[in-house]
Amino acid sequence: MMPYYKFDYFGFDFSLVIAFVIGIGFGFALERGGFGNARILAAQFYFTNMRVLKVMFSAIVTAMIGLFYFAWIGWLDLSLIYIGDTYLVPQIVGGFILGVGFTIGGYCPGTSFVSASTGRKDGIVFILGILFGIFVFGEIFPLIEDFYYSTNLGRATLPDALGLPYGMVVFLVVLMAIGAFALAGWGEKVMSKKNWSRC
Amino acid sequence: MSTQKTYEPKPYSNPYLVGVGLGLVLLAAFLIMGRGLGASGAASTLVAVGIEKVAPEHAANNNFYKEYLGDGTTNPLKDWLVFEVLGVIVGGFLSGTFAHRINFTTEKGPNVTNKQRLIYAFIGGTIMGIGAKLARGCTSGLALTGGAVLSLGGWLFMLAVFAGAYAVAYFIRRQWL
Repeated sequence: MMPYYKFDYFGFDFSLVIAFVIGIGFGFALERGGFGNARILAAQFYFTNMRVLKVMFSAIVTAMIGLFYFAWIGWLDLSLIYIGDTYLVPQIVGGFILGVGFTIGGYCPGTSFVSASTGRKDGIVFILGILFGIFVFGEIFPLIEDFYYSTNLGRATLPDALGLPYGMVVFLVVLMAIGAFALAGWGEKVMSKKNWSRC
Repeated sequence: MSTQKTYEPKPYSNPYLVGVGLGLVLLAAFLIMGRGLGASGAASTLVAVGIEKVAPEHAANNNFYKEYLGDGTTNPLKDWLVFEVLGVIVGGFLSGTFAHRINFTTEKGPNVTNKQRLIYAFIGGTIMGIGAKLARGCTSGLALTGGAVLSLGGWLFMLAVFAGAYAVAYFIRRQWL
């Protein structure tokens, strides 16, 4: 039965080998997508290049359908897949702050590692910024601890929140992704003609 | 006949193809490990270990650092995400090498200097570090992984990331355009 690790097919030490191999695949894919380059990533936020959205949603849809399929044929115990608890307000506020940092800095944590490993100085400096930011967060943590643990909804999922069956939500996400891909293609055409620096 | 090869950087791959590849890597993590991908967690472990080395008492009195230091029976760096991120660095380097995209340079728009860009990068990184920790994850761990498992927090986080990014895009367009 999958997930193999949860059924003790191998131990913790070997899981680190798997972590390294999966990480290689992750880093390889990010670099192939152009995500080691801050200009490609930032272009998403000016609608001139929607690669971030295209890669992200096609990855989510692929993995989501894969999970659904392996659970459906009975090879996978879906309840053993880790889903972090939802902390409604801190996660929305944190996401907004992270988004601001994304446009200003040009990377997110995963892509900055790829950027640094392919020689980008701004990627290296960005990583130093992340480490400093985490340090700042750690130092102010005692002051914001109550907020950090507020609005805990537990292991909340979209099917729970919407009151729809799992398979129906999978289907809706696929539809939404196809819509987003169509919009992205259209947006790129329109926005690449516009000269933003004159706005 | 010319014997000299030119190593022009190859164009980036088709985004949908990359997305499916990335999705299969993520799926492999789910099926083998029962968990998804991540990135910022490894940076947190690194910071917590650093604080513990410099000021062990200070680290022990802080619940945030403590979470990444464990119970002291194992080395905190012997961590799944730390090894995954080491792989990310190697994988990015390999892909960049094959496509001749390794370049010691600074990525920026034409209207800012390298120094300005690096200052932006540091400030952006700092803001992102704070945001990622408040949200309990980043684009990899929450948006991508949480998105695929249909986590409510993951999807709301993803929308908030796009909202934050687009909200400030206009004000810092000089850096990129």
